[in-house]
Amino acid sequence: MTTNLHLWIIPGLCFLGFLLNLLGGRHWSQRTAAVVGVSFVAAAFGYALWVVSQWSSLAHPYLEVHRPWMQAGALSIPFGFQLDQLSLVMLLIVTGVGLLIHIYSVGYMSHEGGFYRFFSLLNVFMFFMLTLVLANNYLLMFIGWEGVGFASYMLIGFFFHKDSASRAGMKAFVVNRIGDFGFLIGLFFIFSRFHTFTFTELFAQVRQMPVEASWGGPLTIIALLLFVGATGKSAQIPLYVWLPDAMEGPTPVSALIHAATMVTAGVYMVCRSAAIYDRAPHALSVVLAIGALTALLAASIGLLQRDIKKVLAYSTVSQLGYMFMACGAAMYGAGVFHLMTHAFFKGLLFLGAGSVIHAMNGEQDMWAIRAGAPGGLRKYAPITFITFLIATCAISGIPFFSGFYSKDKILYDVLTSPNGSTLWWGVGTLAALMTSFYMFRALFVTFFEGPQQTKRHNRPEEHHGAHHPHESPKVMTVPLMILGVLALIGGYIGIGDRFEHFLDPIFDTGVPPLASHPIAGGEWTVSAISVSVALLGLLIAWAFYLKNPEAPEKLAESMSGLYTLIFNKYWVDELYGAVITRPLAAFSRVVLWRGVDVHVIDAAVNGVASGASGAGNGLRRQASGQIRSYASWIVLGAAAVLLYMYFGGRPLLQ
Amino acid sequence: MVPLAYYLALSAILFCLGVAGFIFKQDIITVFISIELMLNGVNLAFVAFSHTLRQIDGNIFVFFVMVVAAAEAAVGLAIIIAVVRNRNTLDVDQMGVLKD
Repeated sequence: MTTNLHLWIIPGLCFLGFLLNLLGGRHWSQRTAAVVGVSFVAAAFGYALWVVSQWSSLAHPYLEVHRPWMQAGALSIPFGFQLDQLSLVMLLIVTGVGLLIHIYSVGYMSHEGGFYRFFSLLNVFMFFMLTLVLANNYLLMFIGWEGVGFASYMLIGFFFHKDSASRAGMKAFVVNRIGDFGFLIGLFFIFSRFHTFTFTELFAQVRQMPVEASWGGPLTIIALLLFVGATGKSAQIPLYVWLPDAMEGPTPVSALIHAATMVTAGVYMVCRSAAIYDRAPHALSVVLAIGALTALLAASIGLLQRDIKKVLAYSTVSQLGYMFMACGAAMYGAGVFHLMTHAFFKGLLFLGAGSVIHAMNGEQDMWAIRAGAPGGLRKYAPITFITFLIATCAISGIPFFSGFYSKDKILYDVLTSPNGSTLWWGVGTLAALMTSFYMFRALFVTFFEGPQQTKRHNRPEEHHGAHHPHESPKVMTVPLMILGVLALIGGYIGIGDRFEHFLDPIFDTGVPPLASHPIAGGEWTVSAISVSVALLGLLIAWAFYLKNPEAPEKLAESMSGLYTLIFNKYWVDELYGAVITRPLAAFSRVVLWRGVDVHVIDAAVNGVASGASGAGNGLRRQASGQIRSYASWIVLGAAAVLLYMYFGGRPLLQ
Repeated sequence: MVPLAYYLALSAILFCLGVAGFIFKQDIITVFISIELMLNGVNLAFVAFSHTLRQIDGNIFVFFVMVVAAAEAAVGLAIIIAVVRNRNTLDVDQMGVLKD
């Protein structure tokens, strides 16, 4: 007995909210725009819950195919939705966390301009993201993929009067596009080989293929190209550079798009393509390597950032690296588990940061925040502090918080699974140490008062006599609390691998698993190492930022070269600018614009025009008005005709 | 008998003299006379062929040409009178109003 779920309603509701706010928002009060924006997402979430309740009565995977979108010869692409375990998890995350962030935004954006525009953009983002996760074929997923990139661009550049925000939006979109280019080539390869994009048909064909041993096999090439798209969307090396700049957007945008949902699209796509990746071990090793290196690189940059949102941005890049590490070890379930817990604690971290920024009237530098809240911000905004603390413990992998279970599982899988390796486990553990350190650093600096010496950094004009830091309104703190609970208990669903077993049918791709390398002491040893690393990070952060505040400066002076390198983010942006952006722009300007467009195309068009005009000028002299010249022309013409008749019409010699 | 070639040569000479006069003469009446000369040269050629080939068609065509020449002379002279009344000159070069 299969009920018709009408899955299209879920994205459709969000699209409707988008349209209403877009067209009518400027006529309504802020309150109405908020109600419209939130209620449609709430309805989508409610519908998603109803769908979940129908789960046991469905065929798995549940497919809902509507009219074909494109049909050309062998190519037939339907508007189709698929509900299986993986898309169910993503659906709940997107609608649930999305709803909480929409509610939060009502409070956060209430003083900013463009209120209704914000909600319509958030709704359109939800529409595209839901299309992405519910699609049953690669092309429909790609629509969602591109659409969330568009929504991200619009939302990063939301404060478009600010030059830096517009540029950040463009940067995000362009870097994304580079990844999408690889993704598209991968799609072309898929179609040329398998003649279908639909997941069920495609993976049925892929299952017939063996595991590939070489780098040049078709599945390996496809897997690598798809991964290029994932590096763009999910901010991995080399295409992560847009994510820190994306912090120009409003904080709820950072929470929703750049922490909980859009950036996880790459992970979702890789997990969805598990059948392909399982048969391409070289591609998996690339995924693992890049994930691990990104985790380490981003964590190292996060050590020295002063802006609270930038710390969280690099932290997101780093945690996404962990998810890809899990995928690279062919333990996709662990990656999805971390995706879920990350959505909770990173969303909470960003919303908490927004609450802090709101409390401190727009200040984002952590030391300025500390200076502006005498006695420690935690006294003024206790709910924000507690939830931020919970999230920090979660992300650092402190036991019994959600992040511990997911991160620990990933590290264990990387160490023991046949596609994993000890080296990357070491890298991941080092990154975990850094993560714990910089997150607690952020917590301590933002919420705790510094020792008396830091008072000398107070700039006198920053003393707000009339404006004291305050806790955020309930519409903002209630989502914080809900996410706090989820960040606390969200990991328990994964105990005993229950969560991963739920997802097993998706990742059972027909590749017999190789033997994993067991570890002496098993999972407990690895966990012990992870926990001690997390606590070590906490301790060092406490030592540096609460107990002994001049220690960081002394350490920085003693390792000034390394400090400068990391503080400047390894000059990656500058490198890209010098090697790629500026030469490309110069090439466009000099060769393509000046050389081709002006001198060739314009010259050709103008040349035709001037040729016609010149010919006209020449011929004009014939019509002189002089009768005798007309007479001469007549005679010449007649002579020419005669000559032709005599010489041209027949052979000269009879 | 006079060979055909002589007649044709004379016809060609008449025609060429007519063309030369048509192009090079400044007086409009003289241009018209040259046109008549061209027509008569052609008439001579037609008659010569008609006599040589012992067919009547050439002579018939000469009638046509003469009729056309007469009509054209009448109309042309009427136009000249109109133009001369306006411009008070017989100079061809003074009559260029078709200039762009």
